[in-house]
Amino acid sequence: MRNDLILRVIAKLLIPFILLFALYVQFHGDFGPGGGFQAGVILAASVIFYALIYGLDDAIKVVPEPLVESMMALGVLIYAGVGYAGLLLGGNFLDYFVLDPNPVHGQHRGIFWVEVGVAITVSGVMLKIFYMFAARGKSDD
Amino acid sequence: MISGGHFTYFITIFLMIAGLFLVIARGNLIKKLIGLGIFQTSVYLLYIAPGKLVGGTAPILSPEFTIYSNPLPHVLILTAIVVGVATLALGLALVVRIREAYDTIEEDEILAVDSAHETEVQTT
Amino acid sequence: MTIATHLPALQVVIPLVAAPLTVLLRGRHLPYFISLAASWIALVIALLLWQQVNAHGTISYAIGKWPAPWGIEYRVDQLTAFMLVLVSGIAALVLPYSRASIKNEVPPQQHYLFYTMFSLCLTGLLGISITGDAFNIFVFLEISSLSTYVLIALGRNRRALIASYQYLIMGTIGATFIVIGIGLLYLMTGSLNLADIGRRLAQVQGTRPVLAALAFLTVGISLKLALFPLHQWLPDAYAHAPSAVSSFLAATATKVAVYVLIRFYFSVFDASQVLSQLPMQEMMLILALAGMFAASAIAIYQTDLKRLFAYSSVAQIGYIILGLSFNSPTGLTATVVHLFNHGVTKGAIFMLLGAVTLVMGGSTMARIQGLGHRMPLVSFGIVLCGLSLIGVPGTVGFISKWYLLLAAIEQGQGWLVFLILLSSLLAVVYVWRFVEAAYFREPRKDIDADTRVPWSMGLPSGLLVIACIYFGLDTSFTVGSSVKIAELLFGGMR
Repeated sequence: MRNDLILRVIAKLLIPFILLFALYVQFHGDFGPGGGFQAGVILAASVIFYALIYGLDDAIKVVPEPLVESMMALGVLIYAGVGYAGLLLGGNFLDYFVLDPNPVHGQHRGIFWVEVGVAITVSGVMLKIFYMFAARGKSDD
Repeated sequence: MISGGHFTYFITIFLMIAGLFLVIARGNLIKKLIGLGIFQTSVYLLYIAPGKLVGGTAPILSPEFTIYSNPLPHVLILTAIVVGVATLALGLALVVRIREAYDTIEEDEILAVDSAHETEVQTT
Repeated sequence: MTIATHLPALQVVIPLVAAPLTVLLRGRHLPYFISLAASWIALVIALLLWQQVNAHGTISYAIGKWPAPWGIEYRVDQLTAFMLVLVSGIAALVLPYSRASIKNEVPPQQHYLFYTMFSLCLTGLLGISITGDAFNIFVFLEISSLSTYVLIALGRNRRALIASYQYLIMGTIGATFIVIGIGLLYLMTGSLNLADIGRRLAQVQGTRPVLAALAFLTVGISLKLALFPLHQWLPDAYAHAPSAVSSFLAATATKVAVYVLIRFYFSVFDASQVLSQLPMQEMMLILALAGMFAASAIAIYQTDLKRLFAYSSVAQIGYIILGLSFNSPTGLTATVVHLFNHGVTKGAIFMLLGAVTLVMGGSTMARIQGLGHRMPLVSFGIVLCGLSLIGVPGTVGFISKWYLLLAAIEQGQGWLVFLILLSSLLAVVYVWRFVEAAYFREPRKDIDADTRVPWSMGLPSGLLVIACIYFGLDTSFTVGSSVKIAELLFGGMR
């Protein structure tokens, strides 16, 4: 009981910082190690951490299952959407040059949204995998 | 014996063979997956190690540096790592389902159950 | 101008977008219609691309407007267009078929996942055919392989799980070998674009990493195409997967792997240099012959029809590689023609076997006794496709065997002619096993075959069986394209 209390308090203190770090890694992928995949995994890790300390049911209340499945699909659609935006604005598929009057800024924008899509999908997939494996164990006993 | 420039290649080959050996020689389904992971890791090393140039810095443009390490292998390996993770997740999910269906994850026991079942099924 | 220039990208992206849409909009009917629309649009695009390529020559499309050696380039030439038409055509026929088939074989809550994975598999196969970038081939290969593992595991027998796991292990080893090969090529040439690597390899031909890359690529691709000793995953996978999955995979997955082999051999490693420095010709010849005979022989002893025709697939892949081993335009024509012909034949057979599974509850020899009386049209269809496997004139199989024999005679290999005809005799034996069980035995009393085969299953299977005969009589599309492709590839086209 007392060990449990320490874990819960530390978890509550740490999880906001983990989430913030995930966002940092997401947006600084241009200038250092990082990007969508890494940020998505850290984001999912924070929710998994919460599930480990507080139980799977509480984690499912925070991030419900339909939301997780939709996140998986939504990220891919955002990525494809950026591609189609390039098509509709007159360039080729996944053309970032036309997304902004200044081609270099267009590259920035394109990469930004593509990485957002990747982060959403990756965190959705990691959470879905965790939910499926963890829920399997529970049904045994 | 191990000349300096080829050190990484020797490590790569060692990991490759170790991973393949695990996949072939171990009967436990999860050990096979671990061997597969080690095999894939050796490939990452094969790509990334030659990308680092001696004296090269991180590939971010800056007026102070003239030699940059090659960023392309990193991007390729990021993709390969994601593929490896997806394969591992799929493999583990299959192992969980196999455990529920057969009650064991040793390959020889599963083969024994299947061949015993096969002779029954053949006649129906 | 707007849509027509972007067809290469749309060919891959439309099925790709269908997959997350089916996950988001899951329900009872929407996933089916979304995937159906995506595959039919993909077929239309493939036909349009085929027209464009034949009229204007190779199409090059730069993804993201980055020009070729730096960016990823989608390159559509005659061989690519041929593969695109084959893959999207089979998918467009299998999807309507699958609706009724998976109602019987897959639990209802997993139906939308089936359509998602099917769209992803289609995306992967189309992407492999159309891309001109080596690492992109690996990415699409893994997309199609991972979705294939999931599709196979949806089978209702628990052995489907084992089959999927075994295919996962072997397939991932194969894909990793391919990636090692691509990595070695990248290290030696500094480029990932297939045409560019081909040009730059001229300076480093014969160095050890290039030969090692060739070896790794050949072994990796052979794992994916189930060349004789590396075929262990195929019989279990085709036998225990849902019938719609078996028909799609049997018709397309191994064919696309052969396409990758042809692409690497001819457009990257210049054909003459590679095939003369290492004993590739002899090796492929021996393995192809071994596959033809061993697999046909094993097929004769099978008790389950799906396994029998799966081993027959391994034998037919032996024919495809035999054509490649001749290293002559006629041989390559035989290979490319058999890609299409075998795809159509096996797709038809597995679709018909799916109908048999629906009505009779299984496809073992014991269950199909007297099938000729119970399901006359289906049995007749299987017999026609069996004749195509043997190579009877009037069917597509005869066309492929004809070109193989021509190629062997051209090179003065009389003994090969004899061996090809001998292996066709083995095919007669295993087709006869089906005919004997279906037509010369009495139907079992304890299985009531009351279920009718619905139109959505009957029509696609019927169309493929008719295609089996039609393309055997009117060969302008298949042979015309293959001859042109063989000439272009041997002429040094990249």
